[in-house]
Amino acid sequence: MTSTTTVEDLLRTLAPRVLAVLVRRHGQFGACEDAVQEALLAAAVQWPADGVPDEPAGWLVTVAGRRLTDQWRSESARRRREAADALRRPYHELITPSPAEELDRHVDDTLTLLFLCCHPALSAPSQVALTLRAVGGLTTEQIARAFLVPETTMGQRISRAKQKIKEAGARFAMPDGPERAERLTVVLHVLYLIFNEGYTATSGPDLQQVELAREAIRLTREVRGLLPADDPAAGETAGLLALMLLTDSRRATRTAADGSLVPLAEQDRGRWDADLVREGTELIEHTMATAALGPYQLQAAIAAVHAEAPSTAATDWDQILVLYEILDRLAPNPMVTLNRAIATAQVRGPQTGLALLDSLDADKRLAGHHRLDAVRAHLLELAGDVEAAREAYTRAARRTVSLPEQRYLEGQAARLR
Amino acid sequence: MKFLLIMQVNPAVLDALTEEESNSIGAGHENFMKTIRESGEFIGTQALADPGNSVTVRGTGGVPAVTDGPFLEAKEFMGGYYMVDVESKERAVELATQIPDAKFSGLAIEVRPIMFEVGFDM
Repeated sequence: MTSTTTVEDLLRTLAPRVLAVLVRRHGQFGACEDAVQEALLAAAVQWPADGVPDEPAGWLVTVAGRRLTDQWRSESARRRREAADALRRPYHELITPSPAEELDRHVDDTLTLLFLCCHPALSAPSQVALTLRAVGGLTTEQIARAFLVPETTMGQRISRAKQKIKEAGARFAMPDGPERAERLTVVLHVLYLIFNEGYTATSGPDLQQVELAREAIRLTREVRGLLPADDPAAGETAGLLALMLLTDSRRATRTAADGSLVPLAEQDRGRWDADLVREGTELIEHTMATAALGPYQLQAAIAAVHAEAPSTAATDWDQILVLYEILDRLAPNPMVTLNRAIATAQVRGPQTGLALLDSLDADKRLAGHHRLDAVRAHLLELAGDVEAAREAYTRAARRTVSLPEQRYLEGQAARLR
Repeated sequence: MKFLLIMQVNPAVLDALTEEESNSIGAGHENFMKTIRESGEFIGTQALADPGNSVTVRGTGGVPAVTDGPFLEAKEFMGGYYMVDVESKERAVELATQIPDAKFSGLAIEVRPIMFEVGFDM
């Protein structure tokens, strides 16, 4: 009897490789993806009971291949001929070239799959869902549960995504040159979205959905391992991984026992995961010393500065401010300016921070956003304007769409009453 | 991100619609549902009976008062809603403009984010 966790981990690792073998063979991404999903489900039932087969990847390719041909048999006569042709060639042949060749192929295959799943023709939620299923090897049910939507909704989203990929004429081939770089940026963004969804559920009572954050880290690690060290995107991939590790290190302290939110300043830093902090810090230090600078690296570096400080008061805010200033120049964004205002207040006093916030009032991207009110409340309180701080906390509480955040902000307002 | 697309209806406006207009609203909702089902954005929908069927249980500070009729003396009432899961608020608004009610003056769709839910089959 094999433990279910081991089998699930194995299946999730094999999923993209098996899918790539089938897609390379048949070119029909949508149908192949369905067939692999069915094979994974079959294995999830059989392997824990009967044991893992000697060649698990071969087993999956064979079973998925059978599903494909079954499906084709039930379709048109033309399809029937294709199926007969496919059946003549044993599937395991396709995955037993020389080990080195197979490894090389796996590198390209998994990346190519990621590029397909993160195709620019898809909306972000579709890219996320398809990536989790085709590359992450998660079932539709698992993905639906993680995003708190019905399984039929998620299933439909995934099949629409595959249809759109087909309509866009996308091929299972590695894009090259500038297109490859652009597509990698999208892939990293999708991984970042998955992590964020796991870390801060966008709605609903649970602030943290551990599974998605872990899955995002696993996939980012995978992508990092697949890129050559001199790839132009290697630095930002490492930066994203470091950012995830450092952020995730605070997971246990981010919420109290009753589920309420604990802000950075009040977290018990002794309970931050030291292994994750160490790995993230080493990774970002090494990366920034060797790669071209990018936004993920800067955010990771800021997280690393927080991680090395024993308290908010003892934090190297000068360094954080410098990093935010570079980040705001490199990738201008009102959310970054908002964070820069917090660091500015720490270094140059709350009034300077508040002045920076005033410059954001006219920014349409931030209009009515609760974060602007929440940060303003915090800085007003630091400046000693208790009444205005309370009003801003109340406004922020009314504007947020996250229940734990609302409770926290209401608590801040109540504290100042 | 989940949103409710709340159909705010004015019963007097609905009553004044021609049969053709009423039918076009019905068909429009069928189409709309098909669209958001296929895109994987549809979570659910419910239509509510006329507010004349409502009973309101009103807080009085002691024993609640139970009266016939809706809570507010208003012209517009919540007639029903769609629950959708979409990429952004902009997309939610875009979907709301596709709801057939949006073609008739006196009818409106309110787009409102969902903050908490429990008990749906998800």
